[in-house]
Amino acid sequence: MNGYLADVAALARKDLQLELRARDTLPAMLLFVLATLVVFHFALPASAGDEPAYGLLWVALVFTALLGLSRAWAPETAAGALDGLVLAPADRSAIWLGKTIATLAFLAAAEIVALPAFALLFAPLDGAALAGVALASLGLCAVGTLVSAMAAAARGREVILPLLFLPLAIPLVVGGVGAGISEEPGRFLAFLGLYDAVFAILSWAAFEYVVTE
Amino acid sequence: MSIPRPSPTLLAFATAAIAGLSVAMIFFVAPVDSDQGLSQKIFYVHVPIALTAYAGFGLGAWKALRLLMTRDERYDLESYTAVHQGTIFGVLTLVTGAIWAKASWGVWWTWSSNQLVLFLVLFLFYCAYFMLRFSIEPGARRERISAVYALFGVALIPVSFLAIRLASDFIHPTVFTREGPQMTGEMFASFCVSWLAITLVGYVMYRAELAGKRTDANLRELREALAR
Amino acid sequence: MALLGQAAATIRVEALEKRYGARTVLRDLSFDVPAGATLVVTGPNGSGKTTLLRLLVGLAAPTRGSVAVAVDRSRLGFVGHESLLYTELTALENLDLYGRLYRVRERRERIGMLLERYGLWDARNDRVTSYSRGMTQRLALCRALLHDPALLVLDEPHASLDADGVGLLEQELAAGREGRTVVVATHDPGRLDALTTQRLLLGAR
Repeated sequence: MNGYLADVAALARKDLQLELRARDTLPAMLLFVLATLVVFHFALPASAGDEPAYGLLWVALVFTALLGLSRAWAPETAAGALDGLVLAPADRSAIWLGKTIATLAFLAAAEIVALPAFALLFAPLDGAALAGVALASLGLCAVGTLVSAMAAAARGREVILPLLFLPLAIPLVVGGVGAGISEEPGRFLAFLGLYDAVFAILSWAAFEYVVTE
Repeated sequence: MSIPRPSPTLLAFATAAIAGLSVAMIFFVAPVDSDQGLSQKIFYVHVPIALTAYAGFGLGAWKALRLLMTRDERYDLESYTAVHQGTIFGVLTLVTGAIWAKASWGVWWTWSSNQLVLFLVLFLFYCAYFMLRFSIEPGARRERISAVYALFGVALIPVSFLAIRLASDFIHPTVFTREGPQMTGEMFASFCVSWLAITLVGYVMYRAELAGKRTDANLRELREALAR
Repeated sequence: MALLGQAAATIRVEALEKRYGARTVLRDLSFDVPAGATLVVTGPNGSGKTTLLRLLVGLAAPTRGSVAVAVDRSRLGFVGHESLLYTELTALENLDLYGRLYRVRERRERIGMLLERYGLWDARNDRVTSYSRGMTQRLALCRALLHDPALLVLDEPHASLDADGVGLLEQELAAGREGRTVVVATHDPGRLDALTTQRLLLGAR
């Protein structure tokens, strides 16, 4: 177990190192989410209340996550490093976990900027809404990392990733928006927890089969 | 584990017979609905089609699991064909659902039908299955990735349904009733026969498509062997 | 990739067939490689050399037949067509990551020694993108040797190596004879004549 966590840590650290070095994914995500929020201001009619704004926040978050996910496996596909990781004695699920943690870190960084901006420009966010964002982000990254690896094995990977990711993201959007605007956020938060549990375990177990023959 | 498989011809005849019986029952045995009239009868077709779609997705996921467990490439074709049939029936679900909605409420689409919304999400998901499959080179990698995706689909079905249930509470509070509270004996009988018929049709189509694809694969192998 | 116990052969391949859809790349291949041997695999382009090597290390799985290797992943070294490196990390960072994943003992010392031996010490803090092709291949070799593999599989190593690198590789292969089995796919088998104990020629399709 100790070795497993050490592997995960080494892999996640590698991704953070790479991002700090190249600095191309995170700034893009930050700018994208801010720009999207501004577009939404113009896209919403003046009479719209808070609720449509929450919906659009989630659209922004999902597409920002998608942006990060489309770059997630780029370092591994550049010179075949994914083969190098698969060959290593480490458990293949550790590769998934390390990458998910790193992707989550980037998404969280983008959210730390986006959420205050949203609260400032549109509507306040309460604890339940924030909890919803946190839980849904977990799910987005867990499932997204796996699905992104699938796309990396395909031709036209930039195009296919959204097709694979969006249907899986729909329940998370429901949960997140619900947590934000419903009078009973508890149900939606519980649902998000369920999604996370189911799909994280599924992704963790299935990753091996996605990267090996 | 081998289930005895009925001969295709026998199966096709049996299916045709039961389908005929089903049509007869739908029109002559089942009562005409007082509210919706004749159009309510689509229910006898719409729901079984939806159930058959679920069966297709479920079978596809099962075969996918078998593939991952045994590495036997036979299961890849079976999984793909099952998912394919499931998708076809899924599209039919949306179509019959739309027809029914139009006939009952005058709209081609409604977000308040949880079943329809679920099928819309699944339709998107499984269309992506085919796009994914056809953008990966044939081989073990494609088989495994397709299998994992098919398994995710089956996990998505209940989760999505839950999500849609939750969402419908606050997003679309309109109330539409579909059919009467309980089914009478004749309705139930007609429903069951129809369900059996449509499931058989689905299964026959599955077997037919699988046989066709297997023949194609064998032909390709033969050609390749001859070319050597 | 099945593991053999105390069998005499490090590698046992039986009736191996590899197919990608309709395309059969390897057909009915059988051979054994005893421990300590150096197998040289030759054949024209498209004969499946790369596929065979990937099957041996476990990056691909057989369609039919079996590949049994008595060495597990932690003692396997592979140099493929690609460098398997992170191009935006430095040589040190790349080797440190792999050193951790392979649980290499005295990681820092071993990395230093390898970089020194392969003439990359001065460039150790430079990103791999800035390396020449020869340097990259030398680093790939370091990566493969880091954990002192019992089975070393090299796919056309001479192709990207510069003159220095070739010399170093030959030194390495000669020096590591005891306890190490080597499989090399190459277009230029003559270079390895002195070391070769076994040859395999893959036919053209």
